[in-house]
Amino acid sequence: MDTTLLLVQLLNGLQLGVLLFLVAAGLTLVFGIMDFINLAHGVQYMVGAYLGVVFLALTGSFLLTIPLVLVGSFLIAVVLEHLVFRKLYRASHLSQVLATVGVLLFITELVEIIFGPQLYQIPIPAFLDGAVPLTDTLQYPVYRLVVIGLGLMLAVALWLAVSKTRLGALVRAGATDAEMVSALGVDVERLFLFVFAFGGMLAGFAGLVAAPIVAVEAHMGNQVLILCFVVIVIGGIGSIEGAFLGALIVALVDTLGRTFTTDIMKLLVDPSAATTIGPALASMLIYLLMAVVLFFKPRGLYPAKA
Amino acid sequence: MTSSRKILAIATAAVCAVGLAAAPARAQEDPVKIGFLATMSGPPGIIGKHLYDGFMLAINQAKAEAGGRPIEVIAVDDELKPDLAVAKAQELIERDEVDFVAGIVFSNILMAVFRPITESETFLIGGNAGTSTVAGRRCSPYFFSTSYQNDQVHAVMGKYAEDQGYKKVVLLAPNYQAGRDSVAGFNSEYTGNVVDTIYVPLNTLDFSAELARIASAEPDALFTFMPGGMGVALVKQFRQAGLADKVVFLSTFTVDEATMMATKDDALGLYGSAQWAANLPAEGNAEFVSSFKETYGYQPALYAAQGFDMGLLILSAINAVDGDLSDKAAVRKAIAAADFKSIRGDFKFNTNQFPIQDFYLTQAVKTEDGDYVMNAVETVFEDAADSYASECKM
Repeated sequence: MDTTLLLVQLLNGLQLGVLLFLVAAGLTLVFGIMDFINLAHGVQYMVGAYLGVVFLALTGSFLLTIPLVLVGSFLIAVVLEHLVFRKLYRASHLSQVLATVGVLLFITELVEIIFGPQLYQIPIPAFLDGAVPLTDTLQYPVYRLVVIGLGLMLAVALWLAVSKTRLGALVRAGATDAEMVSALGVDVERLFLFVFAFGGMLAGFAGLVAAPIVAVEAHMGNQVLILCFVVIVIGGIGSIEGAFLGALIVALVDTLGRTFTTDIMKLLVDPSAATTIGPALASMLIYLLMAVVLFFKPRGLYPAKA
Repeated sequence: MTSSRKILAIATAAVCAVGLAAAPARAQEDPVKIGFLATMSGPPGIIGKHLYDGFMLAINQAKAEAGGRPIEVIAVDDELKPDLAVAKAQELIERDEVDFVAGIVFSNILMAVFRPITESETFLIGGNAGTSTVAGRRCSPYFFSTSYQNDQVHAVMGKYAEDQGYKKVVLLAPNYQAGRDSVAGFNSEYTGNVVDTIYVPLNTLDFSAELARIASAEPDALFTFMPGGMGVALVKQFRQAGLADKVVFLSTFTVDEATMMATKDDALGLYGSAQWAANLPAEGNAEFVSSFKETYGYQPALYAAQGFDMGLLILSAINAVDGDLSDKAAVRKAIAAADFKSIRGDFKFNTNQFPIQDFYLTQAVKTEDGDYVMNAVETVFEDAADSYASECKM
């Protein structure tokens, strides 16, 4: 293990972290402000990728595809909120879980019916195709660097919006005490709708930028969703800062864990046992981390509510 | 009363006699029923689709008729759930009274339905999965495979790496039984230096951490088994990380016509292993590929070819017994004869009723028509039998 490899892995962790953040941001706001558990949030990520495939085929330009996917994801989230989620805000968490899993299954199946079981892809746009050499053996794809840059910029913009603007103040106030905000004459329903749709749009954008790296398929959102729940639980529900911190921690622990756990285990036990224990331990690390965080800070590292 | 009873008896006997006389004639018109059981939904459903389309192409080219009897195919989806697969298999056997069950994409499904189907003395023709137990000590006279024993495909890559004299190899596989089997299969033929064996969680989609590890190990070759969406992600990221020009990419069930619909140019030049390829010179193969493409509008992968051979095999057996499937021993003999023109070339059954066949190194190429296909570039094993046949006592 050398420092360049460590650097590459840190970049990889950062890149996964910003993607997770984009999905987790919407999830944490919706959960924090509306006390609403949305297991169908990963669907927005998947739909974003599929919208990317469709719009790219129609326009032929990645740059044109980005705004179209943003608008499309936003509108789909608005429709879902109107048709289904609006009716669930006052329901119990169990009802919310059941209903949103239903939405998840319905949309996943619908996408499979429309697009078929085959895998789709979005190629890396030509102007971002290439790699930056770090050493003789290691290089880093330009596209992933751009994803990191974009993700960090969005994170800062989101943080500024939430902490410095009037709308952001309402969102924070809503996360702390929705009833009081409503009593002060704010149209909470519209606030909810906006937050929900905005979260859906961010997830859709994450799906689009992830598509050139992974395969586009109907179940791609499920795995990301599970990670994102870990992220917001570690970070503290309802806070953007918490989601960002949580996303980076989860991504770095996961990435570095996958790289180095087996090597570390080899120092402790014999190599064949290490190749068995290492991967199992590596995939458990983030959940162990979550358990530790919850033990010491039950409300997460950066909770929204005082 | 007595006389009327007598009349009734005579009438019944007469009807029976007429019925008996008519029975063979009616049996000829009764359709032969084939249950097609495979995973057809979810992300791995694409493999079931290839298998089914290939199978139906064979049946339809025979105008759904063999041995003078029409053929009826009942297709069911096991959804990759072993318990559901068993229930569906029992429905096929008891309710539909099928003569054959064909299909089966995944090993865990095969293990679940193997006993219920073979113990009911229904012929099971496996089109893809080939676990070591059913090739070895738990083999059955009622099971035939038109694919391979799982280990063989991985061993092809190990043999190739050995023949090429690669000194350093990294192995990468998902952390579950089939992944560990792939590593064992590769290592059974490769004696060089495996510098690293990396297991990733099933359904990993970001391989950046593993690829960085591979790059810094500077191996001659990478061997991997990453089916479905994992393979697509790996191939794209392998290319993006700039490794495609430095490390030879050896794979099984990772780069094929199904995943290349998503990886496109990123897969070009990468290697795989198979018992069939679109460019094999076997009689009827070129016709198969062109009529498959014409009928279904996409390029057949090896699963489609296995399905097609599965169809040809069943048709040949029904023809050999003239549609009379009542004598199980005769039917078994007819299947074991493998009296059909396999589109992979030479094909015959071993004592454990798995094929003895050639295995090839395949490579991803783009044809002049813009299609992405795996072409056979080198024969790695000739007339290969699997190593479990000796454990099979029938």
